[in-house]
Amino acid sequence: MLAKRIIPCLDVHEGRVVKGVRFVDLKDAGEPVEQARFYERAGADELVFLDISASAEGRKTMLDIVRRASEEVFMPFTIGGGISSLDDIRRLLKAGADKVSLNTAAVEDPGLISRAAARFGSQCVTIAVDARRTGPNEWEAWIYGGRKPSGRNAVEWVRRAEELGAGEVLLTSMDRDGTAGGYDIELTRTVCRAVNVPVIASGGAGTPEDIFRVLTEGEAQAALAAGALHYRRYSVSEIKSYLGKRGVPVRTSADGD
Amino acid sequence: MKKLAIIDYGMGNLRSVQKAIERLGGKAEILTRPEELLKFSGVVLPGVGSFPAAAERLRENQWIEPIREAAVRRPFLGICLGLQLFFESSEEGEAAEGLGLLKGGVTRFPAGVRIPHMGWNRLKLKRSHPIFDGIGNGEYVYFVHSYYPAPADPAVTAATTDYGIEFASAVAKDNLVGVQFHPEKSQAVGLRILENFLKMTKILPRDNF
Repeated sequence: MLAKRIIPCLDVHEGRVVKGVRFVDLKDAGEPVEQARFYERAGADELVFLDISASAEGRKTMLDIVRRASEEVFMPFTIGGGISSLDDIRRLLKAGADKVSLNTAAVEDPGLISRAAARFGSQCVTIAVDARRTGPNEWEAWIYGGRKPSGRNAVEWVRRAEELGAGEVLLTSMDRDGTAGGYDIELTRTVCRAVNVPVIASGGAGTPEDIFRVLTEGEAQAALAAGALHYRRYSVSEIKSYLGKRGVPVRTSADGD
Repeated sequence: MKKLAIIDYGMGNLRSVQKAIERLGGKAEILTRPEELLKFSGVVLPGVGSFPAAAERLRENQWIEPIREAAVRRPFLGICLGLQLFFESSEEGEAAEGLGLLKGGVTRFPAGVRIPHMGWNRLKLKRSHPIFDGIGNGEYVYFVHSYYPAPADPAVTAATTDYGIEFASAVAKDNLVGVQFHPEKSQAVGLRILENFLKMTKILPRDNF
């Protein structure tokens, strides 16, 4: 049976992790590859590096991080933030990334999704959607890192992105993001039922119970967490052990970790 | 020094495979031209993306015959799309011809499961094979694919995985080993499988029994 995935997200600004693991014995806690290695050892299933610098210099640095990560970390990782062309995608995949996540550029030019899927395969094209609630059972997709409304209904946009060839959805609830008050279950379930590609739920993870709920009631295939993991409130293995006890299929390593 | 060839036919993700081999103490060269394939002790055919596009690239770059020859004479590992290309055809593009190293085709997952099959799933070992030395039954490995191999001869299936149906997630016959998952992305379990392959090529010494 396919295991539910637990995915730490590392926010990277100009080559340094700005929201990452705190209070741990890392030689350099701001070093993205070091943090990736930490999470590999901890039993994370995948990693997301989110480039929040949104500058040419930041993107070049990200490419270097991807190259170094692929030399040392043998697990899947996704790169997001500021990716706007087939050339950007090609460079990242060639450097060793497994997937790229597209947001603003895809909203402004949906054809980018189909071109990327045709050229590199749907499996590496993740559509990232930042959704903000506008009413009962209604959400709008926001762009530019959550600074600008796109005018698009989030659920319809996800469905359209799937038609165009996106192979996965990274769905963030802007209303819940950073609150540690639990995922938006209704949003997640609505999107999961609207598409047939895997959905990663994001925004609001505070406790293992929150993650349990979004993977069961929310019907998500994976849960992204940032703060809940980085500030060491919970470890990946604590979360997985909690989920396992409640009957959610999770990957545990053979050595019993 | 003995080396592994990683075939570069423009279908992605070669670097991760190369780095994993190097991590294990082996040496691997990314090969863009087919002429010298037999100089290597073993061959990896990686790949992600679409079967018809991949089949076309192999043909255009004249890889077909050298691969067929190397597959008889050297340990030969297909990963993901590389494994799918071992077969004769795929539902992904009916007109596209695979390498035909194994009889059978490649089939799309049935309705009722999310596609792609993406994430960590378990191996059910069907028989012992050196590629699975030290690998326990039920280990998790990382998958990302929408189509699965359907060998005509069930005897080539070395491991299966459940996803809506039970499909062949690893095949082996003579020199050929094919894995539908990504060992280079499957952490310790995946590295052990690649290490086993390096031992099959004798790039790494075999264990003493």
